[in-house]
Amino acid sequence: MLFNLSLRYKLPLWGGLLIVLTALALSLSFMGQAYDDLKQDVLRSSEDLGLTMSRALFPLMLHDDVWRAFEMVSLPFQDSTRTNATHAESLIVIDTKRQVYVSSRPESYPVLSDLAALGREFAYVDKALGALQTNETRALEPPGSSRLFIAIPIITDGVTLGTLLVVHDTSTFWFRFLRLIVRALWITLIVLSILLPINWYWGQRMTHPLSLLARHMGTIHHHLPEALETGIYEYGDEVGQLYKAFDEMVAQLKEKALLEKHMIQSERMAAVGRFTASIAHEINNPLGGMFNAISTLKRHITLDPVAQMTVSHLDRGLQQIRDTVAALLVEAKLKSRDLIRQDFDDVRLLVTSAAHKKRIEFAWSVSIAESLPLPSTLVRQILINLLLNAIQAASDGGQVSLLATMDENNLLIRVENDGKTLTAEQMDTLFEPFSRFSEQGNGLGLWIIYQIVLQLKGEIKAGTEDGLTHFLVLLPLTGQKAEND
Amino acid sequence: MQRRIFLGLPLLLVAGISLAANQPLRIGMTPAFLNDQYALLVVWQDYLQRNMKRPVEFVQRDRYRETMDLLQQHKLDFAWVCDYPYVLMGNEVKLLAVPVNQGQPIYRSYLIVPAKDTHTHSIEDLKGAVFAYADPLSNTGYLAPRFDIKQAGHDPATFFRRTFFTWSHRKAIEAVASGLAQGAAVDSYVWDSLAKVNPGLTAKTRVVKQSEAFGFPPFVANRSVSQADFNAMRAALLDMNKNPAGQALLAKLNLDGFIAGSPDLYKRVAIMAGTAGNP
Repeated sequence: MLFNLSLRYKLPLWGGLLIVLTALALSLSFMGQAYDDLKQDVLRSSEDLGLTMSRALFPLMLHDDVWRAFEMVSLPFQDSTRTNATHAESLIVIDTKRQVYVSSRPESYPVLSDLAALGREFAYVDKALGALQTNETRALEPPGSSRLFIAIPIITDGVTLGTLLVVHDTSTFWFRFLRLIVRALWITLIVLSILLPINWYWGQRMTHPLSLLARHMGTIHHHLPEALETGIYEYGDEVGQLYKAFDEMVAQLKEKALLEKHMIQSERMAAVGRFTASIAHEINNPLGGMFNAISTLKRHITLDPVAQMTVSHLDRGLQQIRDTVAALLVEAKLKSRDLIRQDFDDVRLLVTSAAHKKRIEFAWSVSIAESLPLPSTLVRQILINLLLNAIQAASDGGQVSLLATMDENNLLIRVENDGKTLTAEQMDTLFEPFSRFSEQGNGLGLWIIYQIVLQLKGEIKAGTEDGLTHFLVLLPLTGQKAEND
Repeated sequence: MQRRIFLGLPLLLVAGISLAANQPLRIGMTPAFLNDQYALLVVWQDYLQRNMKRPVEFVQRDRYRETMDLLQQHKLDFAWVCDYPYVLMGNEVKLLAVPVNQGQPIYRSYLIVPAKDTHTHSIEDLKGAVFAYADPLSNTGYLAPRFDIKQAGHDPATFFRRTFFTWSHRKAIEAVASGLAQGAAVDSYVWDSLAKVNPGLTAKTRVVKQSEAFGFPPFVANRSVSQADFNAMRAALLDMNKNPAGQALLAKLNLDGFIAGSPDLYKRVAIMAGTAGNP
């Protein structure tokens, strides 16, 4: 369960855990150190006191001056309001027979009592002193006791008169140690209260870009994910590389999707073309027969006025069918001369009256060779259809522009208008027959253009840019001659 | 010599004091009383100087032996000593004055034990104990208990398991109060005075037994002191209860006053010294 948590929580939690563990480890080692220091401190000061006192005690013991010795060992305990510097519980002077010579607490440790008889701890000390007999200062810790004994020999010039015992109740320095612990705990808490929020913030900051990426990736099954906003993560580390890779992947996916869309569209257009052509052929054959029949009827038979009118109606209706079918069946095989620059001027003249009606302003730019190896009739058809569409789509008093250029292999024609832009839906069926975008026209204009461009092995694209709708036609110059001839 | 005195005479007349007045009178002070009341000593010194119209010096020593030495070396004119040193010095000193306490020129030896000790009723109960003596030349703090032990048929040298000297009655009381010693014999005057000044300390001790009465520790004069100085000092002491300043001092000393006294007061101590004293 914990391991399934979001990184946003997991990372700060682990970090927090590490911080807490570190703080605890540091605190514990500090406490250990502090305990040792404290103990050493107490031992050292006791030793100092004991050494000074044992030197002064020597002559007093030598002269058997019990009272002075008592005054001396009582000295550190006289000011009872203040805890004495060594925190010793008592001082006991032991003679060579290991009896109490004098002590700072004669009621507890009476004069002449055997050390071993004072209690279990003292028996241990008695034994230890007996075993030692070295003339060195020793710290003795009876097992299971709260007391600590520092034994300092009372010795001068190699003569030992006894031992001074500095007795400590370790509970007093536990109390001091407790104060240290409380202080250490506070410091730890303060450090944690600073580090943990920083850790939380850092964890959030680290994992936020990752979780954002994960969310984006998660949508990939349903639709193409949006590219991530730039500036979310700009660093070059692994996360940054992920972001970059993700962006690249999204771009590639989009390109692929676009390509597929184009392919489907052109396949559909090809199917529509084949379908239209076959229907047109099927209609054309009986149509020719019908025209022959009407012609025979008019020539060989004298008709009364009513019959004449009826035949005439038939004739006109059939002609309309033929025109429509002719329009569907774009005939590229038509013999035609090469395109010359003059053709552009002719087309301009042809559409001028339509433009005038809507007070359209032309922007006209033609920079091509004098003559191009393209069938003039078809190119003129393309130009007229595109320009008429543009004029029709443009707003009143608007603008239509034509740009014709060429490079080594292609003629490029670009027609723009400032009218209503095309919707995505319109774009999808733009070149299909009878897909009307305006009330005027038969819905075959773009279809015809598309068929012509297809036959000339060129390309046509429509698009919107800066509020302008444009059509771009590209016609290859090579490979046309053979067909034209 | 004649001329110098003659020349000095008008000056002396003007000053109204004798020639010897140039030399301060030196008085030895011992733990026969609460001798750690330093402020009291300053006031007393001031009082005596005004009263006698000449400088007075107090010379403090903790051990009777030292004060005795100073007397024998003529470094002291007077001293307040214990009965036992007075008896020991014999003709070297003269009895100057005897303090009066609770209406009488007498005091006793108190046998004390820690207040916790409720079973001790006589010194014999303290056999094998740790015992504190005040001074080897103290009457109440050494001679009297040893005399009692001897009277009971024991050897004072081995009766106690351990003995030690505190060199003052007050410290002997402290030794018992703290539990260092299981018993001590002290000056009744010091114990009673301390009970007024520091009742907390005496409350930690219990008086088991009071001895017979002895002459109060006397003021003695060195044999070499002139009769005039002897008289002047005796008068100064005897006059103390006759004026407010002196009465205030006596109240602090826990005394009623001074009398001339008689050496007979110390006969009993002389007998004890012969029996149980140091050889």
